[in-house]
Amino acid sequence: MTSPPLLPRVEGLYCPAGDFFIDPVRPVERALVTHGHADHARAGHRAVLATAETLDIMAIRYGPDFARETQAADSAWITLGESRVRFVPAGHILGSAQIVVEVGGTRVVAGGDFKRGSDPTCAEFELVPCDVFISEATFGLPVFRHPPARDEIGKLIASLGVNVHRTHLVGAYALGKAQRVIRLLRDAGYDAPIFLHGSLQRLCDYYQSRGVALGRLLPATVDAPRDGFAGRVVIGPPTSFGTPWARRFADPMIAFASGWMGVRPRIRQRGVELPLVISDHSDWPELTQTIEDVGAEQIWVTHGQEEALVRWCELQGIRARPLNLVGYEEEPE
Amino acid sequence: MKAFARLLDQLILTPSRNEKVALVRRYLGTTPDPDRGYALAALTGDLHLPAVKPAVLRALVAERVDEVLFRLSYDYVGDLAETISLIWEAAGASEDLPLSVVVERLTSASRGAAAAVVGDLLDRLDPSSRYALLKLVTGNLRTGFSARLAKVALAEHGGVPVTEIEELWHGLVAPYGALFAWLDGRASKPVNLARGPFRPVMLATPVSESELAALDPAAFAAEWKWDGIRVQVVSDRGVRRLYSRSGDDISAAFPDALDAIEFEGSIDGELLVRHEGGVAPFAALQQRLNRKTVGKATLADYPAFIRAYDLLVDADDDLRHLPFRDRRARLESIITGKSPDRLDLSPLIPFEAWDELATRREAPPSPVIEGVMLKRWDSAYLAGRPKGPWFKWKRDPFVIDAVLMYAQRGHGRRSSFYSDYTFGVWTGEGALTPVGKAYFGFTDEELLQIDRYVRDNTVERFGPVRAVRAEPGHGLVLEVAFEGLNRSRRHKSGVAMRFPRISRLRWDKRPAEADRLEALESLLETTGA
Repeated sequence: MTSPPLLPRVEGLYCPAGDFFIDPVRPVERALVTHGHADHARAGHRAVLATAETLDIMAIRYGPDFARETQAADSAWITLGESRVRFVPAGHILGSAQIVVEVGGTRVVAGGDFKRGSDPTCAEFELVPCDVFISEATFGLPVFRHPPARDEIGKLIASLGVNVHRTHLVGAYALGKAQRVIRLLRDAGYDAPIFLHGSLQRLCDYYQSRGVALGRLLPATVDAPRDGFAGRVVIGPPTSFGTPWARRFADPMIAFASGWMGVRPRIRQRGVELPLVISDHSDWPELTQTIEDVGAEQIWVTHGQEEALVRWCELQGIRARPLNLVGYEEEPE
Repeated sequence: MKAFARLLDQLILTPSRNEKVALVRRYLGTTPDPDRGYALAALTGDLHLPAVKPAVLRALVAERVDEVLFRLSYDYVGDLAETISLIWEAAGASEDLPLSVVVERLTSASRGAAAAVVGDLLDRLDPSSRYALLKLVTGNLRTGFSARLAKVALAEHGGVPVTEIEELWHGLVAPYGALFAWLDGRASKPVNLARGPFRPVMLATPVSESELAALDPAAFAAEWKWDGIRVQVVSDRGVRRLYSRSGDDISAAFPDALDAIEFEGSIDGELLVRHEGGVAPFAALQQRLNRKTVGKATLADYPAFIRAYDLLVDADDDLRHLPFRDRRARLESIITGKSPDRLDLSPLIPFEAWDELATRREAPPSPVIEGVMLKRWDSAYLAGRPKGPWFKWKRDPFVIDAVLMYAQRGHGRRSSFYSDYTFGVWTGEGALTPVGKAYFGFTDEELLQIDRYVRDNTVERFGPVRAVRAEPGHGLVLEVAFEGLNRSRRHKSGVAMRFPRISRLRWDKRPAEADRLEALESLLETTGA
């Protein structure tokens, strides 16, 4: 490769041949956005190219005028300057994509945030062989091995059976995780109404409109009698648990659905009583498996535990380097 | 092993004491023998497995995991057992080995083979069970669940008073087959054949001056309530033991007190230490607690002794059914003439009327007295805390006015409230210095008020902690009640409170009117700490 098709800049990952940024953290002329989480999808760019779902989600969160120009992408090639790009599913959340960039004869895949396990709320990760693969490393340590999500939901259902007088307050990020938890509950046969923090309503409605059935959802309003939530599931963003909002629930059992719940200090730090290891990111086996599968000559590692994943690549004889992009959180929202 | 591992995880994460007890009770009710017996022993600290050193575990994991990847992981997780349990790549599918099989394999391993056995078990267990295994072999479960609570859960499981469990405990060994058979109604109560058994202690209920008015002073004996550790000293045909009031054997930390035993029987008393000729405050005694061995210097500077309150057994005679009057007479005849610097008699306080006793209570002869005990002359020695025969009439707590400095969110049902408070008093330089933390004493309504104050007056946030405005002219004054004061090198202020709680919110006071550190320092002087 003479000049790299993509290179890191302060705004984000830049493609000189196509004059665009991928998931820029500052306003730019042209942004390609992998998915709707707030640290990847920001308002204020002039033109945004993303999947139809990601554009919808950005409009829900930032208002319809979040960019001057938008274009919906799918798996068809789109030519941008001297490059061509296409979007393929990343399996992370609804609308999430990997972005395939070809410049000259070189193909780079920006994986964005991705996971390999099954998830009924979004399209499954699609493997694209490439020359350079850009991998996230949120859970890039060999201590992260996420158990099957349905087993974790089984724990919540078991607890509902034992702690019938307690409100099960499940912390879940508003976009992706909340809908996945609800869907997992439904798939496990839980058909009682599920109560929502107000900030989740619009995104849940949107998921339902895109064909992700979530069953009966009710707002967790103050009008309900205090013990009306006993033995029920209430889902809210984790930050809401420290606010007066959480006081309306009788004897709450604090649960949290996150990949971080596999590590005890993280569980205790958050005061969680019922940890649910449910992640929308790849765990260590999925990350290393993906790197093997794409067969790339080079791996670039970004946000998370870059050092460990780069080390693993070295041990396998795969060229790898950390990208050191700034502005991404360890888990969005 | 999976059930035990899940129990440990739940105990770590459950903030409520009652929920923890319920978890253990459910575990004991649903787990077969002998697994539940070994689990119980693990919780009470009575399961003795060959210890495996952290270095040995590191060597085990180094055979399988790249050193750099292990270091990065350990740096992230921060706990060796947890890191190994998560990073370990098992050769095949995990099995749910019974806890008893794990225990038996570990105990039967020779010294040199322990590491290999642990490695093999790690291969066969799931991650949570690996964590439990590693906590067992490194010797600390860190569940925040005491031996005492484990016995409470066991008593609830069997539907018997916890005192019956405590009485039997020292004659039993894991996995407690006979004990469970009795609790499940399959066999009669096991007989404690061990020498020097513990006998459940009789406790007093609190009483106030107004409640006393309804009682006949002539029916009660009064004695000082000493601020030491309530103990039971037992000597039974060569076996001597010192038990805490919950039946824990604390003999090892107090060999000097054991030396005092020149009788056959069982005495109820207070363990105290002397220093420079007088009875030393509780803090000095605390230095000697939880020690496996005691140094010569400590034995010389802070010798322990026992102040006898009651006699439960005299030689082979169980006296517990006799009235206090008769037991006291027998106690006096036993103590007289025995090495008085090691074992002496708790003196009775003569009085005719309650107000006379009240006057004496206000001016106790020693600062290491925390009130008065009242015992009906006709009371038998009963296990537990019966209401009526014995009362404790405690000295009024100390109170100071302090300023709220930091507030932290609580756990469980209090997770949406700032409910843990750090408060301070003014130093000579005019700054606030923290002197304690309290998280109870207030009503639910007051909690709401403080929480609102904290949210409206936050000046800085550190994770779950908020610093609140605390200036001479603006801040929240808390009246703090506490039982005593110790010198402390760990606290910047140099003092540590015992049992502090919020007794009143002083919205009417300005922070400038709160107490000064000098006031606490002079209290240290008068209480002899």
